[in-house]
Amino acid sequence: MRARTRRLYTFGLAALLVLGAAVLAFFALRENANLFYTPEVLAEKGLPREGKEVKVGGWVEPGTLTYSDGGATMQFIVIDNSPNTITVRFNGVAPDLFREGQGVVATGSFAPDGTFTAKQLLAKHDENYQPRELKPLEAGG
Amino acid sequence: MIEAGHFAAFLALALSLAQGIFGLRGERRLAGLAAISAFGLMALSFLTLINAFVTSDFSVALVANNSHTLKPMVYKIAGTWGNHEGSMALWCLVTIGFGAIAAATMNTGRQAFEARALGIQGLLGVGALAYLLFASSPYLRLDPAPFQGGELNPLLQDPALAIHPPMLYLGYVGYSFIFALAAAGLMEGRIDRVWAKEARIWSLAAFAPLTFGIALGSYWAYYELGWGGWWFWDPVENASLMPWLIGAALLHSVVVTEKREGFAAWTALLAVLAFLFSILGAFLVRSGVLTSVHAFAVDPERGTVLLMGLLAYGGFALGLFAWRAPKLEGGKAWTLISREGALMANNVVLIVAALTVLLGTLFPLIAEAFGRTISVGEPYFNLTFVPILALILILLPIVQAWAWGKADVKGWLRWAGGGAALVIVFVLLGVGPLDISAGAAFGLALGVWLIGGAIWELKRRAITPGRVFKLPRRVWSMTLAHIGLGLFVIGAVVETTGRYEATLALPEGGSGTVAGWNITLDEIRAIEGPNWYADRAVLTARQDGQTATLTPMKRFYPAAAMPTTETAIHKTGTGDLYIALGEAREVDGESRWVFRVYFNPLVDVLYLGVVLIGLGGLLGLWPSRRAVKPAAAEA
Repeated sequence: MRARTRRLYTFGLAALLVLGAAVLAFFALRENANLFYTPEVLAEKGLPREGKEVKVGGWVEPGTLTYSDGGATMQFIVIDNSPNTITVRFNGVAPDLFREGQGVVATGSFAPDGTFTAKQLLAKHDENYQPRELKPLEAGG
Repeated sequence: MIEAGHFAAFLALALSLAQGIFGLRGERRLAGLAAISAFGLMALSFLTLINAFVTSDFSVALVANNSHTLKPMVYKIAGTWGNHEGSMALWCLVTIGFGAIAAATMNTGRQAFEARALGIQGLLGVGALAYLLFASSPYLRLDPAPFQGGELNPLLQDPALAIHPPMLYLGYVGYSFIFALAAAGLMEGRIDRVWAKEARIWSLAAFAPLTFGIALGSYWAYYELGWGGWWFWDPVENASLMPWLIGAALLHSVVVTEKREGFAAWTALLAVLAFLFSILGAFLVRSGVLTSVHAFAVDPERGTVLLMGLLAYGGFALGLFAWRAPKLEGGKAWTLISREGALMANNVVLIVAALTVLLGTLFPLIAEAFGRTISVGEPYFNLTFVPILALILILLPIVQAWAWGKADVKGWLRWAGGGAALVIVFVLLGVGPLDISAGAAFGLALGVWLIGGAIWELKRRAITPGRVFKLPRRVWSMTLAHIGLGLFVIGAVVETTGRYEATLALPEGGSGTVAGWNITLDEIRAIEGPNWYADRAVLTARQDGQTATLTPMKRFYPAAAMPTTETAIHKTGTGDLYIALGEAREVDGESRWVFRVYFNPLVDVLYLGVVLIGLGGLLGLWPSRRAVKPAAAEA
């Protein structure tokens, strides 16, 4: 096989693979990039499609933390600087630094009634770490 | 003491500069001497830092901020590199160390080339040291000295994380010398057999510790974060995965250059990219531009300096590449159906896979520039990275038997038939007795295919069974790594698809059932450690006559004012019964403790696979008995 023909085939195959990967990445990103909702954003944009994975964030409203399922599920209300709220349910162990009044970021999906079921909760990691999504809120508040 | 270390680091800077100048002027012996002396001085300097931590010298600002008298000795030592400044000192030490080892061991017979490589390594050392001394000095004093220190982040007080940074840095920074070799080779216009022989050794020397470093970090996240998973597609993890993928591509491409003098330009490019991606990783981790659950020592201003370093190194190396690469020799002729073609496919796939990781990692930043806050998680990577990589794994057992130049593929029908039969068997097993998804069945078949293929290849090369142990070490190195890959695939598929998790809220004496295990909370006891106190749960897990006691803890470190989760793991033989202790909750008037219980099947197989890949790399480092004498001295 001549070097030029070979190069043509190699580049052709590589280009095909890159193209395939790009198409895959495009659809994967469109479907799976998680949008971030604060209570205010939710009120503005409305509910995302049911079952679509998104993130919500804000502060845990003091006094709203309750338990169900014999204690295995926690439920609390997330607030921001707007009058809107989001109710979050989470079956699991709260992160070490989860506190009422503190910032929280939850990954999960909305039910049609607007309650949010989280599959992961993140809270402040240590004094130096604040979930990035909450930084604009902090500045505004 | 620390002043002596500070002074020694300045001397090391001067010597690295001398190494750079001597090296680029072609004086191999002087450059080597400078490299070895610089290493001695930097090692001394690093020892004074360790000493300050060991003796809890709080007049040193770094120690005051990151250590505490009550901390166990091993974490006092590990605290030296468990912070930004100290880890940069380690980065310098490893950079200079690689230069020194190269100076002592390189024997290619090409004085001018070796001198240049050492010279460039010297300049990389100058860059790292200048950054250490002028932008993030660990040697500063505090006056007055505080009586007590501020403690190392408790999450980092862990045996796996004590050795994780040195391992990772041996990998990241190991690629600095490959970068230097590539630059020197490009300057000479010779990326050939002799160059590749040297570069192969150094790419293994970086790849093996990088593999171990990533495995340690992953294992730490597995048991310390209490989330049950072993890989979260977190930017910090991706930052280490990208150089690893490029390093793996380099390992395969450099063989073509060594055996056939082919792929010269491509290999040089990969050698440069591996180091650039290591710096990119450091930038992503250190600058805080991305959200990560386990980024430590974040500082945006220093990120800017790292970014400028990245641009400078990248500009230099890629410019050199663009100028010199067209002049490189092409090597022996080959067709697409050949070992060269197969390794080219391997490289293209690994690079494309690395690019999908890069895109997923940087996409939130790009979106932010357009005013949208988003994040990219596991589903994206499962849809892009996983199928792309699976493509090459399917081909691996078939194409590794292909000959150089032009392969005879008469047997391809048998291979295709064998592979198809394997998939059918597993899919049938999957929908039948195993009850797993088609994707998981395919993944299992792929793992078995890889292991079988690796053993088949060993048999093919040995021709007769008696010669298996007489095969060159590099064949064993490859076999181990490919078997490891197969084990990893099996472990990853089974763990990901078969993981079981549930939450229990138990009063003392209460019990619940998870994954067939009956779990009873016997008691919760308050205990105390050297620099922490904790609530420790004593749980009894029972299944079919098996009984195990698990004691997860929630620790509190008063000096750092931080809680940590200490999970308890019971190895059942088929997987890990894994329990994390949560908080106490007031439910129906009684106090209950929450537990997150996981059953993670075959997680040890997964880590065994990764360890075999690393060991394969180490074995390849061992010089082969049949090693040819270096080519006669060429000027």
